Amino acid sequence: MRSGLFTTVQDRGRYGCLRYGVPISGAMDEYSFTVANLLVDNNPDAACLETTLIGPQLQALNDLQAAVTGGECELLINGSVTPMWQTLEISKDDIVTLGKMRSGCRSYLAIRGGIDVPLVLGSRSTYLRGGFGGMNGQPLSVDDVIERFHLPRIDTRLSVSSSQVPKITSTFEAHCLVGPQADMFDATGIDTFFSCPYVVTSESDRMGYRLRGSLIAHKDKADIVSDALLPGTVQVPKNGQPILIMRDAQTTGGYPKIATVITSDISMLGQAKPNNRISFSEITLEDAYKRLNEYRERLRRLASELKKQ
Amino acid sequence: MKSVRYLALGDSALIVEFGDAISLEINSRVTAMDDTIHQAKIHGVEETVPTYRSLLVRYDPATVGLQKLVSTIQGLEKTKEFAGEQVHKMIEVPVVYGGEYGPDLESVASYHRITPEQVTRLHSSCSYRVYMIGFIAGFPYLGTVPIEIAAPRLETPRLKVPAGSVGIAETQTGIYPREAPGGWRIIGRSSMKLFDVNLDPPALLAPGDTVKFKPVTEGDYARLRAGENVV
Repeated sequence: MRSGLFTTVQDRGRYGCLRYGVPISGAMDEYSFTVANLLVDNNPDAACLETTLIGPQLQALNDLQAAVTGGECELLINGSVTPMWQTLEISKDDIVTLGKMRSGCRSYLAIRGGIDVPLVLGSRSTYLRGGFGGMNGQPLSVDDVIERFHLPRIDTRLSVSSSQVPKITSTFEAHCLVGPQADMFDATGIDTFFSCPYVVTSESDRMGYRLRGSLIAHKDKADIVSDALLPGTVQVPKNGQPILIMRDAQTTGGYPKIATVITSDISMLGQAKPNNRISFSEITLEDAYKRLNEYRERLRRLASELKKQ
Repeated sequence: MKSVRYLALGDSALIVEFGDAISLEINSRVTAMDDTIHQAKIHGVEETVPTYRSLLVRYDPATVGLQKLVSTIQGLEKTKEFAGEQVHKMIEVPVVYGGEYGPDLESVASYHRITPEQVTRLHSSCSYRVYMIGFIAGFPYLGTVPIEIAAPRLETPRLKVPAGSVGIAETQTGIYPREAPGGWRIIGRSSMKLFDVNLDPPALLAPGDTVKFKPVTEGDYARLRAGENVV
């Protein structure tokens, strides 16, 4: 009925195709995406809708179960305010509205069974620039019909405790490992990056965020012969303003990479929007591994808790 | 030979870096290492990305740590298991040069004070190595073009470069697999399909492959596009 600002089908991502120039794509906030699936007892990799800032208005064509997680939006079913982070019972003809975002940038709508779009290179994620995945490589538009895989209804209404709901504010903290091109910046450049918060500019989307803040000086040149990038990489072009690479970014780049955000912090950064601030800090590889372990453990624990409900 | 650098890219990737230049020697070492790692099937390695000068190795830290991964790769380099670069493909790419298909052919020619025909002849006279796939899905970075036709990027990139466009940027040449914004100087167009999600692998070309351009007429281009064979 209304498509929202930019609503796409996303799953966990398209892995194994970087060598062909195909980015990973997938949910920008992987944590919220996973929990949305868990709340309807889906495979945690099932495809969901990802909304951006203003969500869609959808009409149910069948009775179904769903869940909405991620950035806090005004969620309405037939005009009545409905809580996020729990299993929702939706009847045929109900109108589901994901309204304006109160905090964060992206919400996830999971439907019991998962969204049924073709697997492209092993994933259902929309890759807009490549024109494939999701709904023919395009964002949702009015009159699109979203199909689902059929799974039997779940009998329990699942919900997560408030401690499992990420607290999204307008400031973000991102832990990083320095490099791989840290040697192209002098100590002052690296200090600047780790001591001054950076503002997310309006030139920010699923490909990456252009950031604005204190200038980061290069030692000498500001170009390298291109090599590979991953989500979380921070590039600094000649103008000294960092660019945070996100999930739809091109797979190679020619700017020096000052640091890379640890995997367990990337989900949260998927909720950053223009004018939010990101503070970067350095941690060790060991701590990064530890945090990644904790992040995965947290999701595993949540999954088993929900199974018991 | 420059020594290899092992650099962490975040907590889930290792960069094996062979240099910082566009060079056949460096790139051959990248593709050789790529082939070797594939054959070795290292536990915990999820995928590799060969580029101009380095190989990205994405790993699962729950299975293998960085230190262990680096020592495994160093071991491969030293032993006989280092299989070296495998045989790669040779592909001929028909191109219609100039006119509406190659709007920058004239500017490349005037940049070097030669004729558009000379640019065409020089561009199609040599074979190119695929150094890397990147920028957009299936886009091959080819090199290196004869210095007589190397030309800087456009000052203002185009918002839309049509699919199939063949461009020059400095000593690199490349082919746009689909319409995209871009600043390369476009000298011609090819009908060859470089990327198809339904094929395995989806990209026609891979680093280490060889590409040769073959000038064709506008008529041939149209027939090739329609899927007909052109002798």
